[in-house]
Amino acid sequence: MSAKAAFFDVDGTLVKTNVVHVYAYYAMNRGSVLGMAGRTLSTALSVPLFGVMDALDRKTFNEFFYRYYAGLSEDRLVTIAEDMFEDVLQPALFAQTQDLIDQARRSGCKIVLVTGALDFTMRPLARHLGADDLIANKMQFVGGKATGKVIPPIIEGANKANAIRAYCTKEGLSLDKCHGYSDSASDYAMLAVVGRPTAVNPDLRLRSIARAYNWPILDLK
Amino acid sequence: MRPFKTLQKLYDEESQVVITEKGSPPRVLFHGENFLQEDLPVGTRVIFPRPPLAGVPNVKAAIRYAINNPEGMEPLHALLKPGMRLTCVIDDISVPLPPMVTPDVRQTILEIVLELAADSGVDDIHLVIANALHRRMTEGEMKRMVGEKIFDAYYPDRYYNHDAEDPDGMVALERTSHGEEVSVNRRVAESDLIVYVNVNFVPMNGGHKSMGTGVSNYASLRHHHNPKTIRDSDSYMEPKTSALYKSNERIGRNIDKHLKVFHIETALNNRMFGGPTDFLAKKEEDYTEADRLKFQAMRFALSKVPRAAARKVLNSIPAPYDVTGVYAGATEPTHAKTLETSYKQYVVPVEGQSDIVIFPIPFISPYSVNSILNPLLVQVMGLGYFYNLNRGVPLVKKGGVLILLHPAYDEFDPEHHPSYIEFFHRLLPETRDSMKLEHKYEREFAENPSYVHLYRKGNAYHGVHPFYMWYWGENGRQHVGKVIVAGAENNHVPALMGWERTDTLTEAIEEARGFMGRSATISLLRIAPTVMVDVK
Repeated sequence: MSAKAAFFDVDGTLVKTNVVHVYAYYAMNRGSVLGMAGRTLSTALSVPLFGVMDALDRKTFNEFFYRYYAGLSEDRLVTIAEDMFEDVLQPALFAQTQDLIDQARRSGCKIVLVTGALDFTMRPLARHLGADDLIANKMQFVGGKATGKVIPPIIEGANKANAIRAYCTKEGLSLDKCHGYSDSASDYAMLAVVGRPTAVNPDLRLRSIARAYNWPILDLK
Repeated sequence: MRPFKTLQKLYDEESQVVITEKGSPPRVLFHGENFLQEDLPVGTRVIFPRPPLAGVPNVKAAIRYAINNPEGMEPLHALLKPGMRLTCVIDDISVPLPPMVTPDVRQTILEIVLELAADSGVDDIHLVIANALHRRMTEGEMKRMVGEKIFDAYYPDRYYNHDAEDPDGMVALERTSHGEEVSVNRRVAESDLIVYVNVNFVPMNGGHKSMGTGVSNYASLRHHHNPKTIRDSDSYMEPKTSALYKSNERIGRNIDKHLKVFHIETALNNRMFGGPTDFLAKKEEDYTEADRLKFQAMRFALSKVPRAAARKVLNSIPAPYDVTGVYAGATEPTHAKTLETSYKQYVVPVEGQSDIVIFPIPFISPYSVNSILNPLLVQVMGLGYFYNLNRGVPLVKKGGVLILLHPAYDEFDPEHHPSYIEFFHRLLPETRDSMKLEHKYEREFAENPSYVHLYRKGNAYHGVHPFYMWYWGENGRQHVGKVIVAGAENNHVPALMGWERTDTLTEAIEEARGFMGRSATISLLRIAPTVMVDVK
């Protein structure tokens, strides 16, 4: 077992997209997936709308959106996730993402993705990058159908830090030796909890935090 | 009339040594991005750099002569075969300081070598910058170094920086008799012939260090870039007394056993300043009225602009160095000739060590080109390079005092020196013990994926580099009794370094005398340009 891990946020850190694009992808498949939501929102309108909602409050946005999964079968969601990876996520990967992950592995780190997205949407990406683990939100399924509810605690903001702490305890890792990577100041807690935080393509707030704390800043291309 | 003894003291056999007497002019001394003008106590020994040696009259002819009449090898044209793999390995931007006026001598050498290679039917040619764990040179810097024509023809596929962290880019050769790992760049290892294009700025450069360090990696470098080797070195500038040199020699001999390396070494004179700053190379006794005016104007202007702007201005003045010698061929006989020329330029013989030695620290170092001389680099300039500018006997007595002149500001370049920031703020408050730092933290920094990424994809020094900078000061640190930084603008930088601070040089000298006694002898190394001492 590795004594340390590298925890990577996904949206904006490893891929150019954010969670909004993932939802937009589902919106574009509205005929079969989103039912009501798809019929009422055209694709053209949905992306900016989701974007605004996301900017206002990611948690509310997530909860709002997850409801539209209600009634869909797990198989279907997994299939769409595979397509979505190929169509949306893979082309959006930064060219240097794999190098960074490989380097973390060479330095003896376990690779863990930490994201507020749903686990089935991120699994193909985790597999592609060779991640050892994925910490993500989990949809509740009853009888093979999604309920539209996410099993708490929702992985977001400070909860990412809790999830990382719990993961380290469970796996016997030293939090002090672990690395954290994120692009957003909303992940400040996640970065603060590990011993080796790094800001990747940071937003303005995170950039200023990183400068204040002397964290390395990476600009992935 | 003065007694003969005093006269003898004033007009030493060595005109580069001046003893301050009553009425001597104040000295113009580097102090970071500006200057101090200081009166020194009577009796202070001021050691000036030698005047620049005359350059070779025709550099191109000298290069051609050297590669046609090499030491211990066949002429270059005889080594070039159609269809062969040729790699030119080139010294990076850490030499010379400041960068030389264009065309850089590396460009001149490459133009000749590449033309010869083309005439010989060699077209599989790569140009690799021997940056080791230094930062990658930027596109602009790379273009300036080799000229537009070569840059356009080779960049980026066949002209690039060495990457010591490329997982597929290194090849391990057999270990040395001392168990040192020997790793070299894969392209270099798989070439039929390597032409090493060197600029020898100080005697530490060149020879086996070129290949042994320049295209190697952390696994190999840690065998000599460590506190023990540095402690075992009396001076880095004298191969006979340098454990660092000996380790590089063992590694380099292994490389020479496996690879065919044709060295082209060049020695430069010390014409560091030209045009409006030429007065800086003079003794103050020889200043004209115009020189004094130029100095005052320059000092005034530098004091009025923000430090970053002063840095930019100073970094933009290239040095009009002349090439004083070109030598080529096998590693050891070639380097022996280079060393001879280098010493001829730099070495000033002096009588005996001093209790107190003053080093003015300029704005530039090998590791801060187009960047900031951060506190760790001030340390390496004072206790590393300047302390070692001797041939085995340091200028300062054992237990003596070193006075560094520098503002010692707490400024770091996050693009070039990201791991320095963590080293300085996290590790130094815990310990200054090199052995402990090496044992406890070196590997962590070396393997930190963020620092590896910044080294490989950005323009950052390798994560382990601040450790090397700290180790570099190790023999100086072990030797001196006290370091005082005069003119430091804050308390915490000197405190973290384990130094004392004073506002002025006069106070620093007073404090040093308090430590060493009223009759303590004082020497000032009036650097830059580069000067070395040979203490008798």
